[in-house]
Amino acid sequence: MIAVIVRTGFRALRRDRGAFLLAFILPIALFSIFAVVMGGMGSGGTARVSVLVVDEDGTAVSARLVRGLRREPSLAVSASPYTAATAEAAVKQGVAPAALIIPKGFGANPIAFGQGTDRQPIRILHDSSDPVAAQVVAGLLQKVVMTSLPDSMAGEGMKYFDQFSGGLTPRQRQDMESNLSKLRGLIEKRDRESNAPAADNGNNAGGLVAVDMRDVVGENKRSPMIAFSAAGIGVMFLLFTASTSAGSLLNEAECGALDRILSARVSMTTLLVGKMTYCTMLAFLQLTLMFLWGAAVFHLELFTHLPGFVVMTVATSFAVASFGMLLATVSGTRAQQAALSTLLILTMSAIGGSMFPRFAMPDAMKTVGLFTFNAWAIDGYTKVFWRDEPVSHLAPQLAVLIGAGMVLFLIARRFARKWEYQ
Amino acid sequence: MAAIPLRIDSVVKRFGEVTAVAGISLDVQDRTCLGLLGPNGAGKSTLIRSIAGRIRLDSGGIQVFGQPANSAAARAELGWAPQELALYPLLTCRENLEAFGQYQGLRGQALRTAIQWCLEWAALTDRADATVKSLSGGMRRRLNMAAGLIHRPRLVLLDEPTAGVDPQARNRIFEMVEALRTEGTTVIYTTHYMEEAERLCDRIAIVDHGRVIALGSKDELVAQSFGGRSDVLMHFAGTVQNGAEWAASRGGTVEQGVGHFSVDRPTDIAGLLDAAARDGLQVIDVTLRRPNLESVFLQLTGRDLRQ
Repeated sequence: MIAVIVRTGFRALRRDRGAFLLAFILPIALFSIFAVVMGGMGSGGTARVSVLVVDEDGTAVSARLVRGLRREPSLAVSASPYTAATAEAAVKQGVAPAALIIPKGFGANPIAFGQGTDRQPIRILHDSSDPVAAQVVAGLLQKVVMTSLPDSMAGEGMKYFDQFSGGLTPRQRQDMESNLSKLRGLIEKRDRESNAPAADNGNNAGGLVAVDMRDVVGENKRSPMIAFSAAGIGVMFLLFTASTSAGSLLNEAECGALDRILSARVSMTTLLVGKMTYCTMLAFLQLTLMFLWGAAVFHLELFTHLPGFVVMTVATSFAVASFGMLLATVSGTRAQQAALSTLLILTMSAIGGSMFPRFAMPDAMKTVGLFTFNAWAIDGYTKVFWRDEPVSHLAPQLAVLIGAGMVLFLIARRFARKWEYQ
Repeated sequence: MAAIPLRIDSVVKRFGEVTAVAGISLDVQDRTCLGLLGPNGAGKSTLIRSIAGRIRLDSGGIQVFGQPANSAAARAELGWAPQELALYPLLTCRENLEAFGQYQGLRGQALRTAIQWCLEWAALTDRADATVKSLSGGMRRRLNMAAGLIHRPRLVLLDEPTAGVDPQARNRIFEMVEALRTEGTTVIYTTHYMEEAERLCDRIAIVDHGRVIALGSKDELVAQSFGGRSDVLMHFAGTVQNGAEWAASRGGTVEQGVGHFSVDRPTDIAGLLDAAARDGLQVIDVTLRRPNLESVFLQLTGRDLRQ
């Protein structure tokens, strides 16, 4: 009897394409995406951190440091066209998550073993929306210094030798012991202080090179990551909502209401535009509610960014509505539509940044992510809420979302011809 | 001269290898009710959908009040209650009627008046604000009809409006159709229940395999198939020995102890009774019956209407 039940279950599953898709194809698709995102395709797929390097010092030492940074495989260095000011602006605009500025005078005294006070600190200007990038750049900077400036390290070592050994006479040995004891005291003191919470500006003056870190984008934000969450999660659920609401077309087709509507004074184009408007308005309300909740509970600065929010939300809502319409018109039945939409929406959300931040993805995956609404919507909301950019800077995101939405709608209209006549 | 409500001219519709409608031609006169009677799969619904402009014909043409089907003018004159419950289940009766009324271009007072008429016609006034999913099957059927007629069309297509409803609810639907007829609306009514066609329709087209195999009033159809002959059912007492042979010798049959005969005149029954008495058969009951549409269908196709 149990065998009959099992066999019946498998037979039904085999003939239910939607359930089959969800049971086997979707898990494999998502597993593959996450494997790629997490770097599972080998070392070549590991994400590199983009950093803008500005060499204000212009000495041979700073030039060698820049060359060392460029050789570092984990960094993607862009150097030439930037000044400190333009690099800061570029970080604010999201061109790169960090800029490294080598100050004038750095080459004269680049390295100190311990708390040197006479050094010019290298400045790292960063965007804390990518919390990993700045730390990676700071850490790799110390490594590059060791590998790129060995002469400076040797010179510094000799200085310390002169300072602490004083020669090999008993007096010198006694002095060295005494000074080394002081150095050990300094190290112990530094170690003790390192247990304290890091300063907000992330200064890293205790390394070989002094580093002054500053969050140039989020330093004045009350809740830096809320806009990301609202946009990422919001767009993913918007896609589900649009898919469900556009799916009413399939319900109407299955129950005959679509036939009745089309036999009245309603054309298919009018019907689709009506459905599209409904889905767009529903998506707009959904996102607005989510951002209002974010403003009320998580201090999201909604009301100071209203124009950008409105245009991004209209464009995003339009795009997801058109996506929903396309899914509904492509699918033959509601079951097919449910399976297809689940597969596509979870995939788009995974590679588009709704589930996993795109800055941590390999470059190839970042590029693939640009084929999703999620990525463009998140980028747009980031510009509005995180970078405080004006509406005019949203042109690329708006163009892609609205343009793609229109294309998808036209394709949906083409597929909807199947319902016009039999 | 005013155009007739419906002219169907040599309509052919194929779905792949299957020919659903194989060259049907029909004219429907004003203020009449035409019944399309036939078994499931005969092509009735395809013909109805073609009239509603929802099917692209392979050949032939359909005109509604002189306008091509699917033209805006034809749609305005045409109301359609499909076989399926083409309603919004989460909306109330009133909201459904409002939506379908607006799809038909009704607004304002005209819409409100139309909704009120529909609710009264369908006897749903007291359930106006109930959602469709909370209605009984019969109520849903009535609302389904009302939604198709909210713009008060002059030609109405009712595609098996009593499908799946109980006899009491069916009677209520009959009353609705009769009310339409009283108002002078032209009705096309599809069914595979001969009693519905007999009760409601002036003319009946018997459809089979995509063709109209007979057309006329019920009496005309019976006369075409049986002339003036009537059926006689003769019940015998006890077991009839050699009953089949006896019946066959008089042009009849015996099934389950009941003799079936066909007579030209009712008075011919006397001859049958005399012969039975002569041959020692005890007759306990005799019924004289006119052939019905089912008999006609059986005669024309060799199959039962509900097969």
